[in-house]
Formats: sequence, structure tokens, C-alpha cells
Amino acid sequence: MIAKIRYAVKRKLLQIIAFGCSNAHVLNFKGGKLYTGKWKQFCNPGLNCYSCPAAGFACPIGALQAVNGSMQFTFSFYVTGLLLAFGVLLGRAVCGWLCPFGLLQELIHKIPSPKLHLKKGFLYLKYIILVVFVLILPVAVTDYMGMGKPAFCQYLCPAGTLEGGLFLLAAHESLRKAVGALFNLKMAILLLTVVGCVFCYRFFCRTLCPLGAIYGLFNKISLYHLEVDSHKCIGCGKCKEACQMEVDPVKTPGSPECIRCGACADICPTGAVCLGFSTKCGKTLP
Amino acid sequence: MDNPMNNKGKLPIRAACLLTACAFIIYGFARGEAGVVLNKAVNICLECIGLG
Ligand code: SF4
Ligand code: SF4
Repeated sequence: MIAKIRYAVKRKLLQIIAFGCSNAHVLNFKGGKLYTGKWKQFCNPGLNCYSCPAAGFACPIGALQAVNGSMQFTFSFYVTGLLLAFGVLLGRAVCGWLCPFGLLQELIHKIPSPKLHLKKGFLYLKYIILVVFVLILPVAVTDYMGMGKPAFCQYLCPAGTLEGGLFLLAAHESLRKAVGALFNLKMAILLLTVVGCVFCYRFFCRTLCPLGAIYGLFNKISLYHLEVDSHKCIGCGKCKEACQMEVDPVKTPGSPECIRCGACADICPTGAVCLGFSTKCGKTLP
Repeated sequence: MDNPMNNKGKLPIRAACLLTACAFIIYGFARGEAGVVLNKAVNICLECIGLG
């Protein structure tokens, strides 16, 4: 009989495939060009900067700010619709299984160091960032032509600095000459993110990412979900201990912090934790 | 254990969200939003790379 493949293995494989699909144009690194084909009008489900030479799709957070801050529109039905669809179908499983920047953070966390818990208050920061930097500033602060800037990309996003900034600056001297205070601010945020991720599992996802904040709101209703079978659960607490996002799946299976990684399901000695589009754990549900 | 709604109870909400999502995507696409996304994504975004 073939043993059940653990979520850890399945997830890592899919993360690598998703990373490759999101960043397929690797030859563009040579010469620092961007992919300019039609696929870039579609958004990646996870966070992946469209100024990365290898990127094949648009970043949903960048796209949302670009349309909301454009001269023609103040609200993007297109990007909001895509986020709504990804959210309802997958919730934060996008973070756990598909997001390229999520995978990078997990790899950074493998660097040996003391691993720290995150204070609960920091988790709310990402909602403030979503509202202020992604939703309000690009629409409210505009130039004489009525165009707003993507404030999250401009002041905060470490994915842009890492995936776009560093590679493009390395390739173009003209861009290097334009480096100033803003770039230094973004480098400092990137450094904070990297150091944070070494000590704290998915530091950026949990504290700063506006996309994670959006998908987290769907975790209670998303089609891909987590259930705990109360008849099988013996209350040993191993699932809570195994969760690196510091969620207790027995108490809050719909927690906005749960990235549906399946570590709790892998460790549960009685198979009480189930993940899927339709699970067999129906007994817990009233 | 926190299971405020069973799966059946969530079906109408999911269906409503998915229908809204489809309507938003089609309407947004039809009025040219995808073109704005494409235009932004195929050019180097100075804000993204820390220069804008
Ligand atoms: S929280 Fe953001 S960066 Fe983290 S996995 Fe989700 S979308 Fe990606
Ligand atoms: S509750 Fe389970 S699936 Fe969710 S993040 Fe924690 S270990 Fe992963």
C-alpha cells in the first residue's frame, strides 16, 4: 500500500512549481529586461513583483494600486474580482501553497538561529497597511493629472526591492545613479524583513503583507478549508505545537493566520485534522 | 470547537462571492482595466524598485 504523502512534501513541491510558473522568464535576468507579453495583464495569486525580470504575471497588490490610482479609474473591479475569486476558492492556502515570496521567507527561516514567537499585536499591522497604503493613499494623494502612486510599492514592499530593485540596479548603471533616500528606506525594510524571517516564521506574511490580510479575511468561508473531527480529537495539543503560524486549529480552524500548510494534519496522531475542498471531517460540524 | 457555520451554510455565501467575482472581472476587463495593469506591468515600475 502506498503511504499517504505528507502535506509537507506535497506543499513544498507545489510551492516550487508555483515559484517557477510565476518566474519563468529567467533569461531576462541577463540584460535586466522585463517580460512584456500579454500574460502580464493577469494577476499572480501570490505576491510577486512585476518588475522582477523573470515575472510572467502582474502582482495583484501592485495591479490594484495601479488601477485605483490611474487617471481613468478610482476602483478596480477587475483586480478586486480576481482577489475575491482567489479568496473564496483558496483563502490563505494561496499563501501556504502558491506564493513565491512566502516560499522565500520559509527558506530564510531555515537559517539556524533561536526561533521567536510573535506578539499578537503585530498581526494587526498588515490590516492598517492594507487600508492606508494600498486602498487610501493611491486614490487620495494624486498629482495635477489625477494620478496616484502605489504607496505600498513605493515605501514598503520588500518583494519589489528584492526581486526587482536589486536585479535591475545590478544590470543598469543609469538606475544605479538614481539611488536616493527612498531606495535606502526600502533596503532597510528589506533587511528588517530578512532578519525578521530568520527569527520568526513568515515574519512579513504575518505582520506586513496586505495580500495575506485580504486572503485571511476569506479563511472562514473559503472552499479549501480546515476541519477538526471532534470525535477523533483526543485534545493532545500536538497540532497547536506544530503550527508555525501560532494557530490552534482545534479552537480556530478558520483563523485568518492559518496558511493551510497541513503541518497540524501531518502530526495529528488520530487523523482528526482534515484539509481540502470537501473533507471527511463532517462530524464536528453542527 | 469553533465551527460557526457548517459547510452547507457557507454555500450561498461562497456562491454569491464567486458570482460577484465573475461579474467584477468581466466588467473590469470590458472597461479596459486589464490594459492599465498590462501597461504598468511591462514597464519598469520605479516605485517598486525604490527609485520613484
Ligand atoms: S502573506 Fe503575502 S507574502 Fe506571505 S504568502 Fe501570503 S501573499 Fe505571500
Ligand atoms: S493551523 Fe495547521 S494548516 Fe493552519 S497554519 Fe497551523 S499548522 Fe498550518
